[in-house]
Amino acid sequence: MSVITYRDAVSSVLREALDEDERVFLMGEDIGPYGGAFAVTKGFTERYGKKRIKDSPLAESVIVGAGVGAAMAGLRPVVELMTINFSLLAMDQIVNHAAKIRYMSGGQFSIPLIIRTVTGAGASVGATHSQSFEGMYASIPGLTVVTPATPSDVIGLFRSCRELNDPVMFVEHILLYGTRGDVPSVGDYRVPIGKADVRRTGKDITLCGYSRMANVAEQAAGILAQEGIEADVIDLRTLRPLDSETLVNSVKKTHRALMVEETTRIGGFAGELVSQIQEDAFDYLDAPIARVAGAEVPMPYSYPLEMAAIPSADSVVAAARKLVNGR
Amino acid sequence: MLKAADVPDLTKDDLLGYYRQMKLIREFERESERQYTRGNIKGFLHVYNGEEAIAVGAINTLREDDYIVTHYRDHGQALARGMGSKEVMAELMGKATGCSNGKGGSMHLFSDELNFMGGYAIVGGQLCIAAGIALAVQYRGDDQVVLCFFGDGAVNEGEFHEAMNLAAIWNLPVIFFCEHNLYGMGASSKETLVMWDSLHEMAAAYGMDRYEVDGNDVLEVRDLMKKINADVRSGKGPAFVVARTYRLRGHSVADPANYRPDDEVEYWEAQDPIPRFRDWLTDEGIATIEDFDEIDSSVEVEIVAAAEFGESSPWPAPEALYDAVYTDRPTEGIPT
Ligand SMILES: Cc1ncc(C[n+]2csc(CCOP(=O)(O)OP(=O)(O)O)c2C)c(N)n1
Ligand SMILES: [Mg+2]
Repeated sequence: MSVITYRDAVSSVLREALDEDERVFLMGEDIGPYGGAFAVTKGFTERYGKKRIKDSPLAESVIVGAGVGAAMAGLRPVVELMTINFSLLAMDQIVNHAAKIRYMSGGQFSIPLIIRTVTGAGASVGATHSQSFEGMYASIPGLTVVTPATPSDVIGLFRSCRELNDPVMFVEHILLYGTRGDVPSVGDYRVPIGKADVRRTGKDITLCGYSRMANVAEQAAGILAQEGIEADVIDLRTLRPLDSETLVNSVKKTHRALMVEETTRIGGFAGELVSQIQEDAFDYLDAPIARVAGAEVPMPYSYPLEMAAIPSADSVVAAARKLVNGR
Repeated sequence: MLKAADVPDLTKDDLLGYYRQMKLIREFERESERQYTRGNIKGFLHVYNGEEAIAVGAINTLREDDYIVTHYRDHGQALARGMGSKEVMAELMGKATGCSNGKGGSMHLFSDELNFMGGYAIVGGQLCIAAGIALAVQYRGDDQVVLCFFGDGAVNEGEFHEAMNLAAIWNLPVIFFCEHNLYGMGASSKETLVMWDSLHEMAAAYGMDRYEVDGNDVLEVRDLMKKINADVRSGKGPAFVVARTYRLRGHSVADPANYRPDDEVEYWEAQDPIPRFRDWLTDEGIATIEDFDEIDSSVEVEIVAAAEFGESSPWPAPEALYDAVYTDRPTEGIPT
């Protein structure tokens, strides 16, 4: 075991992919000499050269589209969309092309493409730069969507993603790059795609989140424990395919469920989680399934407003308390 | 270089006004960087140092009812359009008194009153919006022009090409103005833009009138824009202008910009538009040290007042979170 940052975890798996597989190349805006908007690819150009570290023009559509083409022709590109907000400019390539070519070709062509991107609010970067669209991509058949929240999950999930032959949205969180965590030293460590992590076990309530909100849920569980409320904390880690089994089993045990997510409640991914719980564990519930989610507004720049618009450990604690104690 | 005789329509007051605006923008940015390091401004902050002659030279040729659309590097254009330095500084600080009530931040300055149609932070998006505003002008049968600023990086986005073609085919009264500062974030345009050295020629593909200008010469920019405005206003259709300039600071304040060669930085520091214009005013015998001193100290007073205004302004009220999502109905999901 060693302790590294989330940023270093991403860098290390990218280097590993480049070292191990000639077919892997990186492509994206400012990933070259600049080192990436979040300093993930610092020093990569010097080490691997321009052939494998492709600093692309500002053109999201062709970054993904060229990645799709290269993948169809036998390479294994890892492309970067600087943030998930800009993925909207590439959405056609992601949704209409990457996700569908295998199916439309009757299985003749696979798209082994990893699209790395960055989600999240809380960085004071305003309405157009603070969105969380991973749930939206999770609604698209043909895509795989992973949302690691810890350095070890970054490593384990990325390795598993490389073993897939289909397009992946590998979604990192803007506020997590500086966070630290233990990572296993074993070289073949993997986190299976579609397997949630039970971060903490308790009998009173299930708290479920993904990406940074899994960490917020875990923090809330620590506070709740001091009040005698014991929570199961589930980090989904993968949104598609979804590990509803782990979630449902937890709710069958605790009889209460609270979903935590950063994006808006209306149309958010938690709505899907609530549906799956009520379909499979309705008879076990002692209270309505609850959600803590982002406010129904474009993200405001102003700091106090933004803090009020996104879930915090305190707002999760308050909602959990209400579910368990009825107030 | 133009001579004083080449700009007979500009009085000494006009010329000193240009100098003051450029100086105001520069000092505003200095203060905003300072406020950023103090934590009073958060998130992204993209300053305009080195490009002041563009905003000042171009915007001063507009009529009051003309429109401006720009990108996230927008403080300079907002100030040149006459937005108050107080309201802009307060916006950067996220205060209720900011020009967008603290909701937009540095990258999203707006003023309905000034037809300042916004700073936009998704690169390239505003070109399409500018085409639409121009469409409305044409539709109404009016004669305003739309001036749309963007960077050299934006030229690589599909939206640039879609907007250029639409504007050309429909003969829309829009001026697409590229601030060609040689970088898009940390990427040199020499590596990302095949036409970087003759960028204005991109417009040839759209059959559009096209121009290149020294973006560090306020009078050259103004001179060219006067002519282009008149053409576009008279119905000649859109135009594409490329102003060669340089970002004297990093992409944002978080960027030390150490990817730039020293000789390149030195070259452009010598082209700094403010000392250049100051020297010109001196050499042409238009202004004296005393004139500059007076202006510089009035700018200083204004900037101090703007910072104080921002710092002492209140945060938006908590309820403001749910304001302004819709025009005619309340926001969904307001907690009770
Ligand atoms: C669609 C999109 N992709 C990427 C970004 C991130 N980004 C912000 S500014 C910028 C560089 C833009 O350069 P340029 O257009 O030349 O303007 P400059 O900053 O030089 O004024 C990039 C890559 C973005 N905001 N929007
Ligand atoms: Mg540029």
